[in-house]
Amino acid sequence: MSPVKVFGSAAFTNVARVLVCLEELGVEYEIVDVDFHAKEHKGPDHLARNPFGQVPAFQDGDLVLFESRAICRYVFRKYMATADGTSNLLRNGGDDLAESAALVDAWLDVEALQYEPAVHAVFVQHRVVPALGGTPDETVIAASVEKLRQVLEVYEARLAEYRYLAGGDRVSLADLNHFPYTYYFMTMPYASVFDSFPRVKAWWEELVARPAVQKVARMMADHSAG
Amino acid sequence: MGIKVYGPAASTNVARVLVCLEEVGAEYELVPVDMPSGEHKRPEHLARNPFGQVPAFQDGDMMLSESRAIAKYILRKGGSQLLRECNLSESAIVDVWLEVEAAQFSSAMSPIIFQCFVIPIVMGGKPDMKVVEENLEKLKKALEVYEARLSKFKYLAGEFVSLADISHFPTAHYLLGSPHASAIDAYPHVKAWIADIMARPSVKKVRELMKMASA
Repeated sequence: MSPVKVFGSAAFTNVARVLVCLEELGVEYEIVDVDFHAKEHKGPDHLARNPFGQVPAFQDGDLVLFESRAICRYVFRKYMATADGTSNLLRNGGDDLAESAALVDAWLDVEALQYEPAVHAVFVQHRVVPALGGTPDETVIAASVEKLRQVLEVYEARLAEYRYLAGGDRVSLADLNHFPYTYYFMTMPYASVFDSFPRVKAWWEELVARPAVQKVARMMADHSAG
Repeated sequence: MGIKVYGPAASTNVARVLVCLEEVGAEYELVPVDMPSGEHKRPEHLARNPFGQVPAFQDGDMMLSESRAIAKYILRKGGSQLLRECNLSESAIVDVWLEVEAAQFSSAMSPIIFQCFVIPIVMGGKPDMKVVEENLEKLKKALEVYEARLSKFKYLAGEFVSLADISHFPTAHYLLGSPHASAIDAYPHVKAWIADIMARPSVKKVRELMKMASA
């Protein structure tokens, strides 16, 4: 089986999201860089893979995909069978397969639609705006941190009842998908918003301790320097 | 089966769930949630949807939130082919365009819907045209990609209709009912594709429910 290809640098959160899945399952992959400075992401070759000119794109044989969350689901569906039984990360491990899958789907969407927008807004102000020569808008940051705080309240209550977000006794893709954005957020001064949520913090520490996650964290750090 | 959906049919996220129930012919009860009076933020509803949003969904003992997760659950249980989960590549492409619906289409449409419908009708205020214009620009950029895609394939995931297509209908319903419906005229394949989706019996039924709810 030839390695799958991931187009885009590990420094990008959505690329890192896919790398976590590949590492968790031990899938052989190759990273193909996309040169943003040279506007390669808007060139015809990349647009053929991702028509929105974003990263990641992904190729497995003839199949070309984009949207990191769709790629992650595909990776688990295809490669789950070749890994050991503990890697069933699209379900929460419960006996009712329909409910088990639905809970993971629900918390995957919570990450995408409730959690990430708040973290992303802070990330844009704190990292992207200054990199483009602007000044961070503290009002936007404060409002986003407050939104995040409200989301974390829900997470804290959830994690008081269950060890993992989708319930059940095993980690799922819903937990893992939080890693890349949170990794960057934890380097910012606003990370202190997590301090009021001990169960969320414990959940995060456990996530970050996973060998696959640690490996991707190193890749993100290596590629985002500068 | 004891299925309950909590929330107004006029909500795009509620409508997304209802259309899937109609597609599989499931029996269900639609339970109103009085959002103007803040019912969705009160403890009884928060117990069903901890983010204080609609829909909430109940099947027997199981409670679920997030409309696209609920949609998938309903379609799987109802034996629908709209997810193509029997085929690894096809289901992946359905997932891709379902993500695009959320990230590119609905993300631009939601502020437009809020400005053009919720503010005037529910709040008695005036739309912020700057917000509308900014999001119409975003929408048009997305529609360019959709037009190219739908020039090659009948539906977003290929020659077969899927949840990726149908998931667009609630926001498309509002676009068609807004002062900006003509935005799709520049994209003939998108326009034809929307018409095709709107012709599905399940979609027609839910659009009626949406109209009744916002009267």
